[in-house]
Amino acid sequence: MEFIYYFGEVFTPISMLLLIGGTIGGLILGATPGLSPTMAVALLIPFTFHLSAVHGLILLGAAYTSTVAGGAVSAILLKIPGAPANIATTLDGHAMALKGEGAKALQLSFISSLFGGVFGVFLLIFLTPVLAEWALAFGPSHLFWLAILGVTVIGSLESNSVVKGLLSGCIGMWLATIGFDDMLGVKRFVFHSSLGGGVNIIPALIGLFAIPQVITMFANGRFDQDFERIEVQKHPIGDAFREVFKRMRALSIGTITGSIIGLIPGVGGQIAGLVSYDQAKKFSPEKAKFGTGHSEGVIAAEAANNAMVGPSLVPLLTLSIPGSPTAAVLLGGLLIHGIFPGVDLFENHPEVAWPFINSMLIGQILMCIFGIYIASFAARVAQVPKSVMAATVLGLALFGSYAVQQSMGDVYVMAVLGTMMFFLERFGFSAAPLVLGLILGPIAESNFVQGSMIANAQNGPMSYFFSGTLNIVLIAVVVVSIGYSAWSELSARKVAQ
Amino acid sequence: MNYLQHRISSGIIAVVAIWVCWISFTQKPAEAFLFPRVIAVFFLILAVWTFAKAILGRSRVGNGLSRTAARNMAPGVAIAGIYIFWAAKAMGFYTSSTIAFFILLSLYDPSPNSEPKTWIKRVLITIGFVAIMYALFAGVLKVYTPRGLFI
Repeated sequence: MEFIYYFGEVFTPISMLLLIGGTIGGLILGATPGLSPTMAVALLIPFTFHLSAVHGLILLGAAYTSTVAGGAVSAILLKIPGAPANIATTLDGHAMALKGEGAKALQLSFISSLFGGVFGVFLLIFLTPVLAEWALAFGPSHLFWLAILGVTVIGSLESNSVVKGLLSGCIGMWLATIGFDDMLGVKRFVFHSSLGGGVNIIPALIGLFAIPQVITMFANGRFDQDFERIEVQKHPIGDAFREVFKRMRALSIGTITGSIIGLIPGVGGQIAGLVSYDQAKKFSPEKAKFGTGHSEGVIAAEAANNAMVGPSLVPLLTLSIPGSPTAAVLLGGLLIHGIFPGVDLFENHPEVAWPFINSMLIGQILMCIFGIYIASFAARVAQVPKSVMAATVLGLALFGSYAVQQSMGDVYVMAVLGTMMFFLERFGFSAAPLVLGLILGPIAESNFVQGSMIANAQNGPMSYFFSGTLNIVLIAVVVVSIGYSAWSELSARKVAQ
Repeated sequence: MNYLQHRISSGIIAVVAIWVCWISFTQKPAEAFLFPRVIAVFFLILAVWTFAKAILGRSRVGNGLSRTAARNMAPGVAIAGIYIFWAAKAMGFYTSSTIAFFILLSLYDPSPNSEPKTWIKRVLITIGFVAIMYALFAGVLKVYTPRGLFI
C-alpha cells in the first residue's frame, strides 16, 4: 500500500496543471486522425526535459492515457479511428452516432474507458512491485536475454513480417552501438560528425514516429478528407452510467481481456479492442445487434483499450520490456532522466515511480470528465487540414529535437532517421522494433559485456549465457514468440491463398 | 507489389549489413566490437534473407511507393530538406520556420489559390504557428535556437 503515501505529489499545483494539460491535449491529439498516441508522446518528450522526472512522467502518462481514449471521438463522430486501438469502436460507435446517439456513444466510451483504465492501473500498482522484486534475482545474462526478448517479441508480434520485424530490431540495436564505446572509449561507426555522441534517443524517437507521418501527409497531395461530422445531441450522463452498469458483462469482458493483453509485451491496444469486441459479441444474447449501433460493442472495445494502458507498463517498469510502442517511448522518457526500470525504480526513486502511477489513476478520472465535455470540440479540432498538421508536426519535430541538447546534429539525425523510416515502412518494416532495438541496445550490450567478463572467469560464455533455468526460460520465450509469429504469418498466407 | 522497389530497398539494407559486418570484424580493438559483432551477424543473415526473397519475387509485405505519391511528396520533402539542413541554421529557426510553414501550407492546402481569403487564412495560420512556437520555446522553455541571418 506504499502508493497511497505518494498521492500528495499528484495533487500539487504543478502536477495537477500538467495532468489537466496532458489530458486535454492528449484527448485532442488522440481525436486527430493521423497523429498516433506514440507520436504525440514522442513529440512531448522534449518538453519534459525541462521538468523534473516525476512531472515529466506525469505529463507523458496523462498524454498516453488520454490519446488512447481520445481516439474514440473521431472513431464515433467521423468513423475514423484516432488510433489503431479504436478500430473496434468505429463498428458500433459510428452506427450509434448515425442513429442520433453520438453523445450517448461518447459518454459510454469515456465511462467504460474510466472503468477499464482504473482496473488496469490497479493491476499496475499491485503487480509491479512484486515483479520488480523478482527481477532482483536477475544477473547480466538474464538482463541480456530480457533485452533481446523485448526486441524480438515486439519485432515478431508487432510486424506483418517476422523477418522484417527482427531486421528492424537489428537495425535499431546497431544504431545504438554508434558513438563511443562505454568500456574502452573507442569510436564505432562514426561516419559523420553529428554521430560523435551516438544516436540520442529523443531526436531518434521524434524522427522515427513523426517524420514518416509528415511525409505520408505530403504523399497524399493537395487533398483533405471530406469529413461527415455528426452533430452531437445532449444526453443525460446519469443514463449513460446506468447503461454501462446494465451492460456489466461487456464491461467485464473488455476490462479483463484488455488487462491480460496489455500484460503481453508487443500485443498492443489494437488487438485488445478487437479481441474484446469479438468476445463480448460471442457471449452476448444480442449478437445480431453488434455492428448496428449496439452499446455493448462500444463499452467492450473502449474498456479494453484503456484497460491495456496500465498493464502495458508492468513489463516496462519491472523488466524494461515495453508492452506497446507508446510504452517504448515512455521508456525513453525514463532513461533521459537517468531512471532505470526495475527494482531500482521502486527502491531508489519511489518519489518518481509512485506519483507517476498514481497520476495515471487520477488521469483516468480527468480523462472521463474532460472527455465527455470536450468531445464535440475535440472532433472539430480533429478536422484541422492535413497541410496545417504536416507543417506543424515538422516544425515541432525540428524545435523539439534541437531543444534536447541544443545541437543541430540531433536535428539532422532526426530528419535522416525519419526519412529512412518512411521508406522502410513502405516496404513492410515498422518503427516499434527499431525503437526497441535503439532503447534496449545499450542495456543488452552492457549486460553482454559484463556477462562475457564473468563467463571468461568461469566456465566460458556457452555455459554462462545458455544454462540455468531462467536463461533457458527466457531463450525459450524468445524462440516461442518468433516461432508463433512465423506460424501465424504462414497460416494467414495460406488462408489468403 | 512493386518488386523492383523491394529489390532496391532490400539491396541497400544488405549493403549496409555487409558494411556493418565488415567494420565490426576488422576494426581494433576487438573487445570494443564484441557486441556489434553479434548484432552484425544477425543483421547480415536477416538482410540477406530479405534480399533473397525480394530477388525471388517473394516479398509479401509493403506496397512500395507509387508514382503519384512520389510526385506529391517530392516538393514537400525538398522544402523540408532545405528547411532542416540549411535554412534553419543559416536564416535562424523562427524566420526559416515562418517561410517553410507558409510554403508547405500553400503547397498542400486544397483551398483555391485564386481567392484572396485563402491567402489571408494561410498568413494568419503561419503567424499563429510561429507565435506559439516562439512563446513555447523562447519564452517558456528558454531554448536558444540558432539565429543565423535573422532570428
